[in-house]
Amino acid sequence: MAKGIGRSEVQRLVAEKDAQLVEVLPAPEYEQEHLPGAINIPLKELNRETALQLDRTRPVIVYCHDYQ
Amino acid sequence: MGFEAYDYEDGKRDWGSFGLPREGTLAQTPSAAEVARRDVPTCTLGDDLGEVSERVRNAGWDTCFVVTDERVVLGRLGRRALAGNEDGTVESVMSEGPSTVRPSIGIDALIQRMDERHLTTFPVTTPDGKLFGLVIRTDAEKALASG
Repeated sequence: MAKGIGRSEVQRLVAEKDAQLVEVLPAPEYEQEHLPGAINIPLKELNRETALQLDRTRPVIVYCHDYQ
Repeated sequence: MGFEAYDYEDGKRDWGSFGLPREGTLAQTPSAAEVARRDVPTCTLGDDLGEVSERVRNAGWDTCFVVTDERVVLGRLGRRALAGNEDGTVESVMSEGPSTVRPSIGIDALIQRMDERHLTTFPVTTPDGKLFGLVIRTDAEKALASG
């Protein structure tokens, strides 16, 4: 279960722990706008196989459009 | 071993509304965050109006935002307030609760809003009401033309 965090914590984790940002929205929305350095793994495609591209030694931060 | 996983619950809407950097096709269009003047003068409610007016004029501005210690916008002093009777405090002459936009608004949308309201400037605040800066219409038009 992912722990909920806010904007400041995102910035801290990226700066201090080289956290990986993962946008889980569909590709067209990701292409329009995303956080710097974020990769796109749409929620419907998020599985063991697609997660292989992530580095297990670094924190992972997932996000979508807003809290909904 | 599992992932050290976090959920940025407020997501990219929150990120953009605080004027933070973004990537993607929409990021090619300038936003208010990129053209807002961050050095717009500020003062607090109890400040002496005469001192504020002099400081603002000397800095080359004709407006000043009234803010709390945390930069939350309470009001605005316009040209008339700054040029009038300079006795008293800022609070006695300020215009309360100016209309604002978020840093993430696109410049084209902001210019349209300025047109509708016949404005030449528009204050920019973050979702928690803190002053981000002031967009001047000519700056926005230049950014749009070069963007």
